[in-house]
Amino acid sequence: MFRNQYDTDVTTWSPAGRLFQVEYAMEAVKQGSAAIGLRSKTHVVLACVNKANSELSSHQKKIFKVDDHIGVAIAGLTADGRVLSRYMRSECINYGYTYESPLPVGRLVVQLADKAQVCTQRSWKRPYGVGLLVAGLDESGAHLYYNCPSGNYFEYQAFAIGSRSQAAKTYLERKFEKFTESSRDDLVKDALFAIRETLQGEKLTSAVCTIAVVGVGEAFNILDQKTVQALINEFEISGEEAPADESAPEQSGGAAPDQSGAAAEEEAAPMDI
Amino acid sequence: MTKEHANWSPYDNNGGTCVAIAGADYCVIAADTRMSTGYSILTRDYSKICKLADKSFMASSGFQADVKALQKVLSSRHLIYQHQHNKQMSCPAMAQLLSNTLYYKRFFPYYAFNVLGGLDSEGKGCVFTYDAVGSYERVGYSAQGSGATLITPFLDNQLKSPSPLLLPAKDAVTPLSEAEAVDLVKTCFSSATERDIYTGDSVEIIILNANGVRRETEQLRRD
Repeated sequence: MFRNQYDTDVTTWSPAGRLFQVEYAMEAVKQGSAAIGLRSKTHVVLACVNKANSELSSHQKKIFKVDDHIGVAIAGLTADGRVLSRYMRSECINYGYTYESPLPVGRLVVQLADKAQVCTQRSWKRPYGVGLLVAGLDESGAHLYYNCPSGNYFEYQAFAIGSRSQAAKTYLERKFEKFTESSRDDLVKDALFAIRETLQGEKLTSAVCTIAVVGVGEAFNILDQKTVQALINEFEISGEEAPADESAPEQSGGAAPDQSGAAAEEEAAPMDI
Repeated sequence: MTKEHANWSPYDNNGGTCVAIAGADYCVIAADTRMSTGYSILTRDYSKICKLADKSFMASSGFQADVKALQKVLSSRHLIYQHQHNKQMSCPAMAQLLSNTLYYKRFFPYYAFNVLGGLDSEGKGCVFTYDAVGSYERVGYSAQGSGATLITPFLDNQLKSPSPLLLPAKDAVTPLSEAEAVDLVKTCFSSATERDIYTGDSVEIIILNANGVRRETEQLRRD
């Protein structure tokens, strides 16, 4: 009701106790093309849809290597994402220089979250308009985190952000229980299936998506197009459908409000098991 | 009125010798593994060679604490370069970076005497030799450290190219084969070990060529 009066400044509260500018920043994440992350005990896979502005242009880079053991996929204002990736890389390099060991992922996401929070409490700044899926490996295992423009961060077994991410989330919610014990290749396959869900009928080819993997014994790397196309062909040719469970809540999942006018919070997603 | 001098110096010399030789399609980088202070030996098994990039190896003698710090700075800078350019640094690029890094501390230098070896973008061997503050030059071969004065005249005799004023023009890069160059390096170190007290124990040799990297160790006199 009072939305328009209290949304000019990031430092203005609404009577309901909300910061609209921050919530608007989270909307920006939803406008970006989809990015997906899934995690097993030993590997984390990031996948994203490559959306190009026009047929003539190249697509924007959405997955960045931060260090050998950490990578990030972004959705939203890619320029903000690039800047934050540069910050993350710099933090990893400085930590490695001082301690001669890799920066634990949990520490990095906290630093990132604190950096985002600063922008929600300064009148001369604006929140970052990008959501980040941070995938990393450290002594305590494989991790997948989601960092919001609000300064919040959550750990996930699997998550999807960006436009039409709800379709992917529905797929992931059906399958997430078996991810912990999944092999690396099965995890990549599930990522491709999840990406396919967001494409809503468009043909899945390696030109349309990018996949990256990090895991035990495998430094963060982006799979090349040929490898990805070969994997896609494998399950397309075998006519394999994403194996469905009996109580498939496709209908209710699809209708789940992504854009409810009120709460722009993430719906509760599967947490660390 | 004589000036009072400091009782304490921030520097120490850990001794040792480094050599590098550039070939037509290979590069040999070698350093002894003795680390000393004063007339004592700290360890017989210390590597003075650091891999800065796929095709760049740096061998440094002098004050090893400064050498370690220098290696760390260069490694971090290389990571940044890889993030920005999506590729490894070439050896000539690393050579310039090392020079800039050394000059950056012109008024409190890294006590490091460096020799950088690797393959250039054409696959030819390249060796760059430095002083402590970053003055550098691409050469066909070089020696640095406590045994350098003993080794350099020998390498000049074996490898030095005739004057560039001569016609027909001759290549600066040594005509030796890889095996001959490795053998030459071993000879250099055996000889230097005889007369330089700071050189000995063993020599670590890195051979870089199109097929990759190879590492050899040769025992030297331990006295």
